[in-house]
Parts: sequence; structure tokens; C-alpha cells
Amino acid sequence: MRFMLTTVLLFLSASGHAETPADFEKQFANHAQQENPAFTGFSAEQGQRFYSSTHGKEWSCASCHGRTPTGPGQHAATGKTLAPLAPVANAKRFTRPDEVEKWFKRNCNEVLGRACTAQEKGDVLAYLLSVR
Amino acid sequence: MMTTSRYRGRRQHLWLGLLLVLSGSGALADDDDGEKRIRPLNHAAWRQECSACHLAYPPQLLPAVSWRALMNGLGHHFGTDASLDPQQQADILRFLETNAGPSRGSKSGSPPLRITETRWFIHEHSEELPADSWQRPGVKSAANCIACHTAADRGDYSEHTLRLPR
Repeated sequence: MRFMLTTVLLFLSASGHAETPADFEKQFANHAQQENPAFTGFSAEQGQRFYSSTHGKEWSCASCHGRTPTGPGQHAATGKTLAPLAPVANAKRFTRPDEVEKWFKRNCNEVLGRACTAQEKGDVLAYLLSVR
Repeated sequence: MMTTSRYRGRRQHLWLGLLLVLSGSGALADDDDGEKRIRPLNHAAWRQECSACHLAYPPQLLPAVSWRALMNGLGHHFGTDASLDPQQQADILRFLETNAGPSRGSKSGSPPLRITETRWFIHEHSEELPADSWQRPGVKSAANCIACHTAADRGDYSEHTLRLPR
């Protein structure tokens, strides 16, 4: 039994802890506070604007993830169908720190040409959690 | 081929195809029914990471020299950022090198970075294709194998599973 528990714990630590979208929201809020002492919270409305707009480069979040994140997206270059981004439609989203970190790194670079701020990530997550 | 011997014949072709793949002289098993299969491989990180934006392209379709060039340039992967952590990148590259295909000619003469640049791919797609095939909304790009080869994720590129979307 103890062996099994150890194995499970080892597996979890190797593959990244399972978390919930709310855990990420808290983490982003902590970072946002550090980035900006005047931080007051996240805005789903602001997140939707951010998600739907381009930011000086060719693609927006919506270019691949679709205008409505509750439905499937289509990769703007390859045409591959992508599973929905909103946690309500896809329970796997925002549950793995390594995945969340990897994709924000890549996609912020792609869409903005720089890393996203914690405010931007939190606003987008707030939007994704607000859609039904 | 007679119907009664068809099954056995197909099996023989499959074995022959597998031998060809193993000997490195051809990536695709091809018999006279237009049956085309790529030996399915499994490697968890390769499947998960490479299939995030496109089909996890079979390692057999490019030579090791191409995979090395691709995996060492993931930060600018055909115009997109596909960077991985170094450990995972090395792990996937080992798998690709181990299972890589024979060297393939490309139009430019240098090792191909895109499967679609290989003479082999161009030849395989040269016939019976409507001119607008790659541009159709359901296809969008030649990178999207599964749009037409509907069982490509299982290594099955046979004509039975082929359909051209609108």
C-alpha cells in the first residue's frame, strides 16, 4: 500500500501536479500583485477583448482556439482540429502546471512577441471560466 | 487476386511491407490493392507533443539528419514557437533518430525539413488530385494529413480510408 502511494506520488511529481483552474487563477493573482502593487483583480471582459484581438502580430488567441472557446478550434497554420480551450467544455484545460506554462510561453510569444503579464493571463483565464 | 486468397495475400503483402520498413528501404508498405500503412510506433512524449498542433508525423518519413535539424530549431518551427524543455526535446529526438527513414531527395538537394518537400511525397500526391485540394477549408494545409487520410493517426494511409473534404 505504501509502495503504491509512493509510486503514485512519484508519478504525480514527474508529470506535473493536477490542479484546478481556480488554483491557476490564484497563482496569477499573486504574480499580478507582485508585478503591480495597484492590482485590483481580473476582468473577464478585458480577457475576452484580449483573447479576440491581435496584438501587433498576425494571430490572436481566437485564430487557433476559435471565436467561442467552448467549441473546437482549428490551428491557423496546420488546420488541425484543437480541443476546446474553455474548462467547461474540456476538463483537461488548466489542470497541469507544465502544460499551462509551456503553452502560455509559446502562444504569448506567437501572439504578442513577448511573454504575457500575469494580469493578461489572469484576465484570459477569467474570461475562459466565465463562458458557459 | 481471387477473393478466397485475398486475405492471405494481403497478409503476405503486409509482412513484406513490414520487412521493407525494417530494412529501411521504404517507409510505406504498399501492395497492389493500394494498401498503404506505416508501422505504428508508440512513444508517449512524441505522440503528445508532436500531435498538439499537427499529426505526430511518423519518424520513418524523414531521415535522421532532418529530424536533428527540426528538433534543434523548435523555437522557430516553420514560423511558430514549438519550444520544449531540453530534456523532453532530447528524449523525442532519440526516438525519432532510432526510427528515422532512409535519406530522401528533396527539390532543393539539402536534407528536407518538410515531408511535403520530399520527392517521395510529391510523387505520391501527383495523381488524381483536384487542383484546389490543399486549399479547401477542411484541409487548409498539406500538413493536415488526417483531413484526407482519415486513419493517418493509426498509420493507415490506405485508399479505403481516404476522403477529400469540401
